[in-house]
Amino acid sequence: MSNSLLRPVDPASEAGWQNAPARKGFLTDTSICIGCKACEVACKEWNDIPEDGLSMLGSSYDNTGNLGASTWRHVAFIEQPTGATRSDAPVAVPVDLGMPSVGLPGDGDLTGAAAEGTSVKGDFRWLMSSDVCKHCTQAACLDVCPTGSLFRTEFGTVVVQDDICNGCGYCVPACPFGVIERRTEEAALVTDSGTRDGTPPGTATKVHRVEKVPQRRVRAKNVGIAQKCTLCYDRLKAGDTPACAQACPTQSIQFGDVDELRERAHARMEQLQTQGVSQARLYGADPHDGIGGAGAMFLLLDEPEVYGLPPDPVVTTRDLPAMWKKAGLAALALLGGAAASFLGGRS
Amino acid sequence: MSTPGEAENTFGRWPDDNDRKGRRRRDVQAAAARGLRAGRDQLAGLSERAGRGAPKGGDRRHVMGSRPGGEGERAMVPEATFTSYYDRPVVKASPWKADIPAYFFLGGAAAGSSLLGAGADLTGRPALRRAGRLGALVGILLSMVALIHDLGRPSRFINMQRVVKPTSPMSVGTWILSLYGPLTGLAAASEMAELADLPRRLPRTLRGPARLLVFVGRPSGIAAAMVAPAVASYTAVLLSDTATPSWHDAREQLPFLFVGSAAAASGGFAMIAAPVDQAGPARRLAVGGVLLEIAADQRMEKAMGLTAQPLHQGKAGGYLRIAKVLNVIGTTGTVLLGSRSRSVSAISGAALMAGSALTRFGIFEAGQQSARDPKYTVVPQRERLDRVSGSSEHAGVAARSRR
Repeated sequence: MSNSLLRPVDPASEAGWQNAPARKGFLTDTSICIGCKACEVACKEWNDIPEDGLSMLGSSYDNTGNLGASTWRHVAFIEQPTGATRSDAPVAVPVDLGMPSVGLPGDGDLTGAAAEGTSVKGDFRWLMSSDVCKHCTQAACLDVCPTGSLFRTEFGTVVVQDDICNGCGYCVPACPFGVIERRTEEAALVTDSGTRDGTPPGTATKVHRVEKVPQRRVRAKNVGIAQKCTLCYDRLKAGDTPACAQACPTQSIQFGDVDELRERAHARMEQLQTQGVSQARLYGADPHDGIGGAGAMFLLLDEPEVYGLPPDPVVTTRDLPAMWKKAGLAALALLGGAAASFLGGRS
Repeated sequence: MSTPGEAENTFGRWPDDNDRKGRRRRDVQAAAARGLRAGRDQLAGLSERAGRGAPKGGDRRHVMGSRPGGEGERAMVPEATFTSYYDRPVVKASPWKADIPAYFFLGGAAAGSSLLGAGADLTGRPALRRAGRLGALVGILLSMVALIHDLGRPSRFINMQRVVKPTSPMSVGTWILSLYGPLTGLAAASEMAELADLPRRLPRTLRGPARLLVFVGRPSGIAAAMVAPAVASYTAVLLSDTATPSWHDAREQLPFLFVGSAAAASGGFAMIAAPVDQAGPARRLAVGGVLLEIAADQRMEKAMGLTAQPLHQGKAGGYLRIAKVLNVIGTTGTVLLGSRSRSVSAISGAALMAGSALTRFGIFEAGQQSARDPKYTVVPQRERLDRVSGSSEHAGVAARSRR
């Protein structure tokens, strides 16, 4: 293991890939997210992720909760009274897009929301953001995986090999973003719709079965092992765009080469800031941050913790050499202590 | 807030809502508690209903207006103001159950027992040697059961040996145990062969191998004792090498606390299993272990700051308080009467073992608690950022949910 903890690296070549393609990633521009959740749906559908709860969480329009074993894209909704925003940034003058718009019933002003998500009325604002695995340059989950199930792909992403993982669960507390999770049986019950029993979706024999969907509960795949976003490794290999980015109707989720996305992110942030959106900031775009930069970066309109993201994540293995040193000292202390206890007397 | 009955009925229409458990329900409670949507009729109704379903006990701390830490807990650090997303955790708590802290205890006890066994072997204390060697085997066998049981796919346990990864404390631990286990087994087998007097009682043709088995007892026992300290201390790195706030922040002192706890547990076991005239080293090891544990704990909590809070709260706080009492009882008994009364020695030993086990459960649980509360992730990171940028821009602006 070479020590790459303090300098930016290309993770794929670092992991031993030769002639690796350019590193791939996401830029999630939350300033144009409309909270439609098409990404969540596309992800679930493409990756055949089981249902993991259909309840009302009482958190605005977010009934998904958080990222987890069976939620690889999660759209966060924040309703903030604007009086309570952290900055009193000048509100950008809304650009008239010429689109029809609808306000709340009884609302006098129907000109729609401003470009950066602040309502014209100014009583509250929406923040929406589609969260995903960050595919860290220095990935804690990958570092701590004892089986080698988690690996670095040629695209610089981090992927679980389902047939290797033995469900030790170590990656779960290691991830500084709380992304990866072990799939539990309870959360993995799926309703058999006739396509989950091994029959490929859309098979002719099933087409006429539209009447009543059988409500048999079947065991989902990959129960007991760690699961997370793969950046659609299968689609990438076929030269396709990941399902979420493909489905995003506003290009809030942009897929591409990480280097290029990073430039785009900076340009977009500058654009927003010159338009008066002083709260616009990049998250995960700095190759010198605690995780060596993310493969999936974000343009946010408030501080990361508002979106449920850690403000200053650091890969835990950065401290590992020091930890091993302390453990070695402690081991010596135990050895010495045990020896001393035999020298202490003849009883 | 009052409950609009109509909204409750509407709510009941979702068939799934009443059988959701765990994470989801907690989310609802947390969201309900925030009351952010007060004034928006329908959602307020949802919140209210969910709030009524909240447990009466310790989980009420998210309720609007109450302080974190809840009933009767005194915060060691001034109240932190911070923002979170509906009070949801940022990092995930490990999926590990009681298996893991139980393994820490058993593995630690086994490691210390190996050390005592080897020392007793070299200094001519046969009863202590027997206790050490056999205790180590039992401890490590139970450890393996716990470790395998904890896996999501126990049948794939062997995948642990696919790779050697210094960046993964669990991989390192696997290889340490792969070395330690067989050596311990050999030492214990030798002990049993000698106990059963196999070299004399077996048929003539098998006496050679039996004598060989007895002979390898000492080298394998000493080799096991050389690996044993690593078995006892690596587990601290296993916990600290995570994003779990109270484990990671304990990284400097946790190895010392863990080896101290291992010494106390193994000393306690030998005090139960060996007669007092041979258990002197066990008593000294146990008392030394408790002292090291206390010293490490003091320094650790000072270094941790905010993330030391969970060590005094909830289940973790309870475990650790009882552990301290048991340690004091065990140590006092050991020092005062340990060398004279076998029964006091055994009781003290049992107290020390129980204290060690509860210490492991307490540390484990504290980490789990710290992961479930976004405060312990967000506040230290935000403070770090603010220190770096040197700005007070962030202090107390209203968008942060005050708690």
